[in-house]
Amino acid sequence: MYVNQIAVFLENRAGRINEFAACLAKANINIIVMSIADTTDYGILRVITEDNEKAMKVLKEGGFNIASTYLVGFEVDDRPGAMQEVLDILYKEGINIGYLYSFVRPIEKKAIILIKVDDNDYVAEILKKHGIVVIDRNIL
Amino acid sequence: MDYYNKEMECMSPSEKEVLQGEKLKKIVKTVYERVKPYREKMDAIKLKPEDIKSIKDIYKLPFTTKQDLRDNYPFGMFAADKSDIIRVHASSGTTGKLTVVGYTQKDIDIWAECCARALVSVGGSRDSVVHIAYGYGLFTGGLGMHYGAEKLGAIAVPVSSGNTARQIQLMKDFEADILCCTPSYAIYIAEEMAKMGIKEEEMSLKYGVFGAEPWTNEMRKEIEKKLRLKAFDIYGLSEITGPGVAIECKYQCGSHIQDDYFYPEIVSEDTLEPLGSGQKGELVFTTLEKEGIPLIRYRTRDITALNYAPCQCGRTGVRIDRIAGRSDDMLIIRGVNVFPSQIESVIIKEKDVACHYHITVDRVNNLDTMQVDIELAEGVAFDEIKTVEKLKERITAEIGSAIGITANVKLVSSGSIARSEGKAKRVTDKRKF
Repeated sequence: MYVNQIAVFLENRAGRINEFAACLAKANINIIVMSIADTTDYGILRVITEDNEKAMKVLKEGGFNIASTYLVGFEVDDRPGAMQEVLDILYKEGINIGYLYSFVRPIEKKAIILIKVDDNDYVAEILKKHGIVVIDRNIL
Repeated sequence: MDYYNKEMECMSPSEKEVLQGEKLKKIVKTVYERVKPYREKMDAIKLKPEDIKSIKDIYKLPFTTKQDLRDNYPFGMFAADKSDIIRVHASSGTTGKLTVVGYTQKDIDIWAECCARALVSVGGSRDSVVHIAYGYGLFTGGLGMHYGAEKLGAIAVPVSSGNTARQIQLMKDFEADILCCTPSYAIYIAEEMAKMGIKEEEMSLKYGVFGAEPWTNEMRKEIEKKLRLKAFDIYGLSEITGPGVAIECKYQCGSHIQDDYFYPEIVSEDTLEPLGSGQKGELVFTTLEKEGIPLIRYRTRDITALNYAPCQCGRTGVRIDRIAGRSDDMLIIRGVNVFPSQIESVIIKEKDVACHYHITVDRVNNLDTMQVDIELAEGVAFDEIKTVEKLKERITAEIGSAIGITANVKLVSSGSIARSEGKAKRVTDKRKF
């Protein structure tokens, strides 16, 4: 099981992210984490919600261009260097990361790191071998 | 040197009318006998070559359009035997296919004569050094002016387009007095000269022969100031021959048509009825002497008016006003003819995008720019920038190979391009002509 993410293509213009957020708000869908990769012309918004299936449905109805992707998520302690230790492992295994984003769960003092890689199974295997907690739910 | 060919250029209107009538009778007979599409068109309206008795009968003849050339691609409209054709040129068609024209030796000679007349009309002579920065190739600009310069006995510098720094150096070293290029390239040259630290007084330029794209009087003033030369408008189109169909004289009140070779008419865009002197409409040409591909009442789609009043220069060639627009959707971008349909045919083939697009043409720092907004197909999205960029690059390359110039492709969300009821408005041209 890998973490399901929705990628939304948004052209750069004032109010476009607001339109996206309004679409989810209206359907009462809570966003867990999101990030935006931007270029001069457009951005790709990547989002994980509490109900991706419903989110996909309402975004599609709202006319958004969306793609469903699965990411490898893993948990590290919320302390300096914790993420880097894992990245070092992946680097030494020759893994290329397409993109990465993260968020913190302050109560548990844990950080969740999400990465886009070519071969999820292979990367999850490496992480597990090194005793890293890989998230095995498709919803966070 | 006032005229290249005074006898023809200053022939009295009444004499010219007789000459045009004689040539028309001959050319109609030729196309009826040798070009099947013309014979069919004339037979369909029961018109025989004998019905054409003078130039006044030209209105009886059917029109020819770019579509006719396309339907008979590539050589179906040629009137000369293949063995007598010595060259072809081509320009953009409305879709993938080019509009092809063929020339016999006589056609090349007449074309060169027209360009020689044009060079003299702007002030050139046998002593001129003519720097030809129009593209050489299928495009008629370069080779047309080249043969004209040689016919005149001037020095032709066949530099073609590109490598502006070298062009400036050559113009300076060869002491070129005439520059031939598109008006936007002339401005670009001036800007590059400034960057190189070369002053306009170090150059020997006196006259500019600019054409192949629409331009304004403001642009003329700017070019004249920046390059310290007198700028002239030249008109032409490959279907009729290429550059040199019409040229301004030193009085610059319209361009004189070489109407001993190309007979002009203005017709209403809507009714196709002939319009009178000074009335604005679509320019139509009949080639009076062409052998390779004679065209009868060819609709240029250029909007202008004819001026039959005598000109102070003494030339009697009818004058056309500056081209005021087009009656079709053809765009002229950096001197290249572009039809939206060419871009559409690329978009249709690409499954990740929808067939909703919008073209925006602008002129930034005197250079034409073209942006093409294309909607992603419904349900198509990507989670990585590199995938979007790859798609963009692929479409850019395909559009580039279809139209010959680079467009700035912008992908947009599904549904974001304004839909219109009826005919979609595909193009916004922000340039002011």
